[in-house]
Amino acid sequence: MNWRWLRPKRRNEELREEVEVHLLLAEKEEREAGKGAEDARHAARREFGNVAMAEETTRDHWGMRWLDDFRQDLRGGLRMLRRSPGFTALAVLCLTLGIGANAAVFSAMEGVLFRPYPMVAHQERLMALAGTARGESGPNGLSWPDFQDLQRNSTLTDGMFVSKIMGSTLNLGNRAETLPGSIVSANYFDVIGVRPMLGRGFASGEDVGSNAHPVVVISYELWQRMFKGDPAIVGKTQRLNGVMHTIIGVAPEGFRGTFVGWAMEFWVPASMEETFDAGGYKLEDRDARWVESFARLKPGVTRQQAQQEVSAIAARLAATYPETNRGRGMELWALWQTPFNHAGSLLPTLELMLAVALFVLLIACANVGNLLLVRSFGRRHEMSVRAALGAGRGRLLRQMLTEGLILAGLASGGALLVAFWSRHALVLLFPASAGVAMYLPGEVDWRVLAACAAVSVFSTLLLGLFPAVQASKIDVAAALKMEMAGVVGGGRGKAWARAGLVIVQVSLSFLLLVGTGLVVKSLLRLRGIDPGFSTKNVLVTSLALTDASNDTAGAKNFDDELLRRVRALPGVESAALARLAPLGVKSYSSSVIAVDGYVAPPDEQETVEYNEVSPEYFRTMGIPLTAGQEFVAEDDENAALVAVVNETLAEKYWKGRDPIGQRMQVKGRWMTVVGVAKNSKYENVREPAKAFFYVPLRQNFEVSATLHIRSSADVRALSAEVGREVKALNPDLAPYELISMEEVVARATASQQAAVKMLAALGGLALLLAAVGLYAVMAYAVSQSARELGLRMALGAGQYDLLRLVMVRGVTLTAVGVAVGAAVAFGLTRLLGDLLYRVSPSDPAAFGLAFVAMMVTAVAACFLPAWRAMRADPMRTLRSGD
Amino acid sequence: MAKEKYKSRTEILQGTLDLLILQTLEWGPRHGYALSKAIRTNSGEILRVDTGSLYPALHRLERAGWIAAEWKASEAGPRLRVYQLTKKGKQQLRREVSRWERITEAVAGVLRPVSKEVEP
Repeated sequence: MNWRWLRPKRRNEELREEVEVHLLLAEKEEREAGKGAEDARHAARREFGNVAMAEETTRDHWGMRWLDDFRQDLRGGLRMLRRSPGFTALAVLCLTLGIGANAAVFSAMEGVLFRPYPMVAHQERLMALAGTARGESGPNGLSWPDFQDLQRNSTLTDGMFVSKIMGSTLNLGNRAETLPGSIVSANYFDVIGVRPMLGRGFASGEDVGSNAHPVVVISYELWQRMFKGDPAIVGKTQRLNGVMHTIIGVAPEGFRGTFVGWAMEFWVPASMEETFDAGGYKLEDRDARWVESFARLKPGVTRQQAQQEVSAIAARLAATYPETNRGRGMELWALWQTPFNHAGSLLPTLELMLAVALFVLLIACANVGNLLLVRSFGRRHEMSVRAALGAGRGRLLRQMLTEGLILAGLASGGALLVAFWSRHALVLLFPASAGVAMYLPGEVDWRVLAACAAVSVFSTLLLGLFPAVQASKIDVAAALKMEMAGVVGGGRGKAWARAGLVIVQVSLSFLLLVGTGLVVKSLLRLRGIDPGFSTKNVLVTSLALTDASNDTAGAKNFDDELLRRVRALPGVESAALARLAPLGVKSYSSSVIAVDGYVAPPDEQETVEYNEVSPEYFRTMGIPLTAGQEFVAEDDENAALVAVVNETLAEKYWKGRDPIGQRMQVKGRWMTVVGVAKNSKYENVREPAKAFFYVPLRQNFEVSATLHIRSSADVRALSAEVGREVKALNPDLAPYELISMEEVVARATASQQAAVKMLAALGGLALLLAAVGLYAVMAYAVSQSARELGLRMALGAGQYDLLRLVMVRGVTLTAVGVAVGAAVAFGLTRLLGDLLYRVSPSDPAAFGLAFVAMMVTAVAACFLPAWRAMRADPMRTLRSGD
Repeated sequence: MAKEKYKSRTEILQGTLDLLILQTLEWGPRHGYALSKAIRTNSGEILRVDTGSLYPALHRLERAGWIAAEWKASEAGPRLRVYQLTKKGKQQLRREVSRWERITEAVAGVLRPVSKEVEP
């Protein structure tokens, strides 16, 4: 029997039928009592009372009323939206942009920061592990022995692994390709819970020894792309960095390693470290801090607890091994702050993106709210009638909210599509570096869906709010009377609500414009920094020369021959090799140094970075020497060890004395200073002056090197020629892309560039939305005050007076919005923090430009409505107004 | 004439409508209109169910399970929704009747005190 309760439609029909029969019978009886047909019907009706009310009350008894109402609202809302497709499309588009921007940022944050490693188990408990040193600002790596000791002594973690990024040139037939890969501890695949789909992971003990276990696990993608999905791949061999490796496994599809920024293509055990990482065998060297590692906390363990334990272990290590570990600590970092991949540097960009996306959402909501408000005027009659018929205030409110919900729902559908399509777009904001495309996939999972739903509900409430509050204020009698008189009155409060929405939009857009201006100016300032080397006419390309030969002698011959050939190319002034080009992603070699006569403060060991460079390096790079001379070909492995220091290092250790001829100890070897180079930028253009030195490549040989060329020749032509020379020397070898130092510097400002692109795009969007909002308000105001305008005109106002009247009103609204926006901007722009470089957060130029842009937009948006006002025909408007 | 009737009719006491419906249905199944007519006739044209509250009450009682409804074809014309007392409804009727009797007794007591004690 109860099935009928669940069918409100059927029930309502039955009720109506029942009532009709009742009326029919009553009418019949009245007629039999001798009444006229019309009278009888009226009498029956009167007898019955308020039919609609009875129906409504009866429905109330069926507890399902809210559902019934909701369905009715949903149908009504959909009908309303279908009836005005233009409005609906505009509203949904605005909201899709607003919610879509948020969904896209959510998916990026999810994919890059919170669940960065697909398929890796328990990422919520995973933390990055880095070393600290007293007297050094940033975190650095751990040494392998320290990592081993930590792993052995930790009780609060249930897994620790090493995953250190490196690159390799993979030779396949006559092709050479550069691929990113990871050096990992043997427990890697076990701890992260990823099972190779073919073959096996690493066995314990495979991370012990010097080049002892040449085995490799390759990615699914690499297996498909380079090995054509060969099912018998396991057991085959592949040369990597000159060493034959046995392929022991293929990682499952979708697993891209544990590095934010690039997709890993292969994994080798730590025992192969010296083949892939510069600096020789380091597994027993407590002073070589190259290990990038992660720790997974046991369930329920907090970061603080784990950090206490880690710090205690580090302190014990410092006490046990004072010569290497004095003043050294270890620190746990949340995954999104991981210092040794791109997560840390992306965090501020993503935070900014989130803030900007929220602004765009607010602007979009204000815009759609405005449109809804305009429409709610048209529906005041409907609302008044419904209120008069007994619809509760709450009922009207709910109807408004339902309409908002439909719009937001449609928009979130679109927004998820936007997020899904743009999930790989984050990477577009960042320029490629070193020829390897970054890999920053967004992730649209249930958490993103949930966040998106929350945003939709939030915007629904915002949207429903304005018209709903208006509707709930309806004074039935007054509204009905006014409607009948055809006057749109009672407009004061509404006009303010709409003006308020426009002000919100204008102020938020202004804020974004100011932000954009500040970041653009910072970027210009950054571009203007003197890096200390010439950017013009200097080209760099790196080569994994390891593959040139298995032996050092062969590599040295290759280097010499390559330099000789390149120097002979037309247009080349000079060429040099260095282990690293400045401003790259790889880290320099570093060493604790000691200098005759310099006593380090207790508990401090300054680690200084250095680069291994060939003769002609300083000339090629255009780094001036203030004293002494640069390395020459004679500074080879048979000669006395020498070094060139920079000005900061000379000043710190020799305090004004002439450093030429002085001695410094690097990695236990004493070297003589032969030159002082001017300071330049080493790791990034924003770094303050820091101590740095250079050693001859020959005396500190590294097989992989970067070729530096000073040439005024066209990059593309030269690139082809260099490629040809490399091929001639070794057919298996291909250089990375050849780029100018100018380009290198530009890439080093990637986060500013990303912020500029994003702010410019979203700022423009915001400006457009604000313009639409302003236009809508002014157009509506003009259409509603046609009568007033007609009267003014009839009373002698000129056309241009009317134009001015409308323009002044629009511009005033904008000015108020700008004033509010400026006040907020003064408070908020300092949050841009790191993105600002030598630009005051209240930079007048940025504020001024934003002001001009906003005003020009406002004038443009108001012009059309004003023009229409001016062209109004007073006779017609006055007549039609009656 | 209709107007006079309207004026003179006695508003049904709050809460007695359920009792009237249940009692009327006790005498046999009826549709809504017949029900309202029966109440009017049996009360000597004094009690008039405001039909606007009759149907809500009927549906409320149906929901409570005291009456059951069924569509029945009428001899000539549209089908009618006929209401019938259920077992639960009969119990409810007995409760309502006894409640009503207690109330009327109490009211009568107040209007015509039987005790002489109150006299001075």
